[in-house]
Amino acid sequence: MNSGLRRRLYDRVGPHVTAKRLLIVSGKGGVGKSTTAAALGLATAARGLRTIVAEVAGRNDAASLLGLTAAGSQETRVSSNLHHVTIDRRTALDEYLREEVPGPFPAAILTRSRAFQGFVDAAPGLQELLTIGKVWELTQDPRRRKNAQPYDVVVLDGPATGQLLALLQAPRTFVSIARAGPVARQGTAIERMLRDPDQTGVVIVATPEQMAVTETLELRAALSEALAVDLDAVVVNRAFPTRFSSAEARALGEVADDPAIRSARWLYGRARAQQAQVARLRRGLSGVPRVTLPYLFSETFDRGCVGRLAELLGRALL
Amino acid sequence: MTGLQRRLADKRVVICAGPGGVGKTTVSAAVALGLASAGRRVAVVTIDPARRLAEALGLDELGNRPQPVDSTRLAGAGLELRGELSAMMLDVKRTFDELIGRLAPDPRTAEELLANPVYQHLSTAIAGSQEYTAMAKLSELVNESDYETIVLDTPPSRSAVDFLQAPERLIEFLEGRAVSALLRPSGRAARYAGVVAAALRRVTGVGLLDELTAFFRLLGDLLDGFRARATDVQRLLRESSTGFLIVTSGEAAAVDEAIYFAGELDRTGLHRCGVILNRVQPLDPGERDVEETAQRLAGRLDPRLARKVARTHSQLQLLAHRDQASMVRLSGALGNPRPFCLADREAGLQDARGLFELQRELWDAG
Repeated sequence: MNSGLRRRLYDRVGPHVTAKRLLIVSGKGGVGKSTTAAALGLATAARGLRTIVAEVAGRNDAASLLGLTAAGSQETRVSSNLHHVTIDRRTALDEYLREEVPGPFPAAILTRSRAFQGFVDAAPGLQELLTIGKVWELTQDPRRRKNAQPYDVVVLDGPATGQLLALLQAPRTFVSIARAGPVARQGTAIERMLRDPDQTGVVIVATPEQMAVTETLELRAALSEALAVDLDAVVVNRAFPTRFSSAEARALGEVADDPAIRSARWLYGRARAQQAQVARLRRGLSGVPRVTLPYLFSETFDRGCVGRLAELLGRALL
Repeated sequence: MTGLQRRLADKRVVICAGPGGVGKTTVSAAVALGLASAGRRVAVVTIDPARRLAEALGLDELGNRPQPVDSTRLAGAGLELRGELSAMMLDVKRTFDELIGRLAPDPRTAEELLANPVYQHLSTAIAGSQEYTAMAKLSELVNESDYETIVLDTPPSRSAVDFLQAPERLIEFLEGRAVSALLRPSGRAARYAGVVAAALRRVTGVGLLDELTAFFRLLGDLLDGFRARATDVQRLLRESSTGFLIVTSGEAAAVDEAIYFAGELDRTGLHRCGVILNRVQPLDPGERDVEETAQRLAGRLDPRLARKVARTHSQLQLLAHRDQASMVRLSGALGNPRPFCLADREAGLQDARGLFELQRELWDAG
């Protein structure tokens, strides 16, 4: 890679991001969150780190981007170092009860009880706690689940920015109400990990557009206030190339109209608007590394595209 | 009257729905603006978190009630409204709190509920509360205000279908039938529930069960009210004066979801009033390869610049072909009317003038 591109991609990103065990990826809906999570997983796996991409929304977006046709709540091998799992709370609950509750008696009773399932739906933060609890379990070495292999990196394809805080605050919400018992104890351990910058990193994906930038800046403030956690990196996704200088743009404004000229003017205008948003992001994100991923001009967004983004992310972050 | 205008003519409620990140909020604002400029009294309701509509309309602050949009601002953009345009951003927590206040049998129950930690979490975080409050607000505006048309921008749910199912899911939860067996055991279930509760205490501690018991006891008196609202909204959604406007981009995944959502609308007997394919790149019928385009432009531009222009055109034509394919797919799957196409704007939406241009394009698109 040439040094200019490398410098642009680095954009002050330290080499530390993947020294963390848990990388939480979030962003406004529709900005390419799952794509970035899948690409990040591919990148860490390519560096020889045993990686699992975990997703929480039930659409298996990351799974299909990784080329899995059948994905589910079982940890599935994608390639030599890369695995995938979809976390659904029913499975997480069963597993939790089996592994964590001493003796066969309570677990068997609780999993069979409809009342208990209703209780799980109703208890504040319990569903989120089960989800983040499963993520935490994936990061443990040795694993708490019997016969399960540990991972070097867990990449969480997390919920959109609006729900991220609820997920990350779940342990505390729950502990503050339940006060005692094994779940509350474990909630405390989970929260400790989430707040430890040596173990957990938050990566936010944003397109260089007004709304996405606003949400990213708001999320940074909210995370810092609620959990004293800062962002580890912001991925600026779908950035148009700045191909034309302003002198060239003037020249394009003076020639006769034509579809190709219109395309060039469109790209120039769009890239300029994006630059204004990138500048806003830069001002609001002092100290947070940014990585820029290019807009991929392609009729279909396929695995090749994910691979290209993985390579760029790998070079910038790892 | 043009295509979309005609299809919206008999609508009291227009709901803009679709996958995330396709420009729903902007389209909602443009539709509302168009109806207001044609003479109607319109309110547009959008969802709080990112203060999206405020940015698009240049409004500083929106309360939990529709506020008139500053007409001098619109006039500055060259737009004269024959009707009226009001806008609001939904404050989920406040709407839910107000609902509790209305439905509680006495102020003390309301107060206790609002202070209950389970409620405080529930009103903002539980799945469906955002959608439920959006719909409750919609029904309040339909029943208690004199707006001729209400345009609703839907929450950024992962899947548009979540929006339709949300009220039912929330009611199911609020009824707490499953939990009540645990919290208020009676008859034969009592002994079993006792064992479950004991097991539960060992796992989750004591405090949680107590708080939940208190919450569902307080909620009991309000349930009929919540159910009545939900039924009211279901009826409102089914009326022929309520129309769903599906918004999508040309990306394959977004189109898949739009088609799925349209199918769900048809299946449940709700009315679609159109599909908007947003951010479309125009197809160039005279497209040549990069070399030829560069040569054609070489007489007018510096050769290096001509090459860059040719390359740009060829890249954007890839997107134009993708959008064309999406258009064909949408038409094939959804039948009439043909999707309304909106061009991808050079600089995105910047201000009221941009919104005005978008609105005119939307009106002309049919």
